[in-house]
Amino acid sequence: MITLTGISRIFTMGEQEVRALKHIDLNIDAGEYLSVMGPSGSGKSTLLNIVGLLDQPTDGTYRLENRDVTALSETEQAKVRRERIGFIFQAFHLVPRLTAAENIELPLILEGLTPAERQARVKAALQQTDLVDRAHHRPAELSGGQRQRVAIARATILNPGVILADEPTGNLDHKTGAEVVALLEKLHHQGTTVIVVTHDRELGSRAHRRIQMRDGEIIEDTK
Amino acid sequence: MKLPDALTLSFRTVVSYRLRALLILLAMALGVAAVVALTALGDGARRFVVNQFASLGTNLIIVLPGRAETSGGFPGALVGETPRDLTIEDADSLSTLRGVKRYAPLNVGTSEISVGGRLREVTLLGSTADLIPIRHMNLSQGRFTAGNGPNQAEIILGTALARELFPAGNAMGQRVRLGDRRFRVAGIFASQGESMGFNTDEIAMIPIDHAQSLLNTRSLFRILVEAQSRSLIEPVKESIRRTLTLRHEGEEDVTVITQDAVLVTFDRIFLALTFAVSGIAAISLAVAGILVMNVMLVAVSQRTAEIGLLKALGATKQDIKRLFLMETLWLALAGAAVGIALGYAGSLGLRLAYPQLPAYPPAWASLAAIATAFVTGIVASLLPASRAARLNPVLALSRR
Repeated sequence: MITLTGISRIFTMGEQEVRALKHIDLNIDAGEYLSVMGPSGSGKSTLLNIVGLLDQPTDGTYRLENRDVTALSETEQAKVRRERIGFIFQAFHLVPRLTAAENIELPLILEGLTPAERQARVKAALQQTDLVDRAHHRPAELSGGQRQRVAIARATILNPGVILADEPTGNLDHKTGAEVVALLEKLHHQGTTVIVVTHDRELGSRAHRRIQMRDGEIIEDTK
Repeated sequence: MKLPDALTLSFRTVVSYRLRALLILLAMALGVAAVVALTALGDGARRFVVNQFASLGTNLIIVLPGRAETSGGFPGALVGETPRDLTIEDADSLSTLRGVKRYAPLNVGTSEISVGGRLREVTLLGSTADLIPIRHMNLSQGRFTAGNGPNQAEIILGTALARELFPAGNAMGQRVRLGDRRFRVAGIFASQGESMGFNTDEIAMIPIDHAQSLLNTRSLFRILVEAQSRSLIEPVKESIRRTLTLRHEGEEDVTVITQDAVLVTFDRIFLALTFAVSGIAAISLAVAGILVMNVMLVAVSQRTAEIGLLKALGATKQDIKRLFLMETLWLALAGAAVGIALGYAGSLGLRLAYPQLPAYPPAWASLAAIATAFVTGIVASLLPASRAARLNPVLALSRR
């Protein structure tokens, strides 16, 4: 599913070069449930951004579903992001002007689906995430857990192959965090590859495969 | 992303930032309104002048004594010569020219007019009966019959003048005194108001021969000639010039102008003026454009996280550019609509304040204003939109 070969990412800050990722080799199979943990600055977010095609590696190749995606044009990468990758952020990143349903609809609009198709899919997604009665509320009127559920519904609306979650419970209390984790694990059971980046040992240990990072290197990979 | 969706999304964005949208809209609207209203003003002035000339008569050729020299100072003064008089006989010689429909010699002067004890100064026209149709004047009562030969002592009075001299309203057939002569009131002008400095309500007209002896002159002020059709104006003008030159022993000492030429010149001058004024107004549109660009740049930095999100959700650079472009276009469209409404309202105000000025905004001005607003919007959105499209999604998303 995901094959990283010799991936490096070097940031240049003035005179200084920061090696955020050092020659990472990583192979993730379809349907895996994987957590990436490590201290701040260990490179775990950079790894997630590269897997999500939000960032380009300085060196190395990245194959997603048997396709070399590092060689694609920006527009093609956008299409891959839209159709094959779902993002979930710590800060939810909902558009404040739009209702829950409209936030969920965004990827469908970007994909260019007709309003009728969009309606049906959004309705199904709202049911899946138990948000039907919140459909026409704006993010400001939703609780943290509800917001993150909207974000998950949005990330999964186009049935991506992989879900990338960056500290998905970081802004949530224990109880709502657990709800969100349950939802992610439900996606995993439906066959989606789930990659979670977290500081939270408890969350991290729930994953079937756990990766520890330090200073841009994978130091531990347990199944 | 499909176009209707992009339009809807950007429209919702515009609406949700209400104050920002209103302020931009106001700036755009004022620019557009200024273009529309000022163009209406310029074009109104142009039409006013053209109408004034048109009221002089149609297919009109005017003969003036003396030669308008465009260079070389006063040749007449150097050789001790004055222009030859333009006489009634000169005027009569034009009657047989091909293409001349009618003609009228004209003298203008002032005289005292009195009836009983009432006495006042009056502008006096001396001419023949043909002047009335040539100048598009009308009589409300009576008839003017003066021809080229010796005429009866008849006078036509302006309405206001008649009312003043005969408050009882029985002017027709009465006698008035001009200088040492007595005239019978043969008609009253219909009220026409002001035209090219003449108020026909205040003037009096008498036969040309009486006018010349009353004003003690042999020289005409003008000869007015009406050509049979517009296409004959130039040939007639040329033959008038030739005829009068022959009669004046080869000396070309008259000036022949056509109303057409004057009209075209004024038309051109006022059109240029209109362009200049609307060009100045367009500067305010450009200023509005800079404002729009500024506000959109602020919008881009305010919505950095949102742009990052859209990229993460798979929006292409084009999608993001398009969203910002359309946001600006909505503002421009609304601004143009409000601006045109304001501009028309302003023009209406102008017409109410100056009823004689036909200050209607020409269609091209409204179209130009809309087009300018749109182009301004597009140009103003280019920089913000491409800045938004180039945002690094990782940095955009990590900013809180």
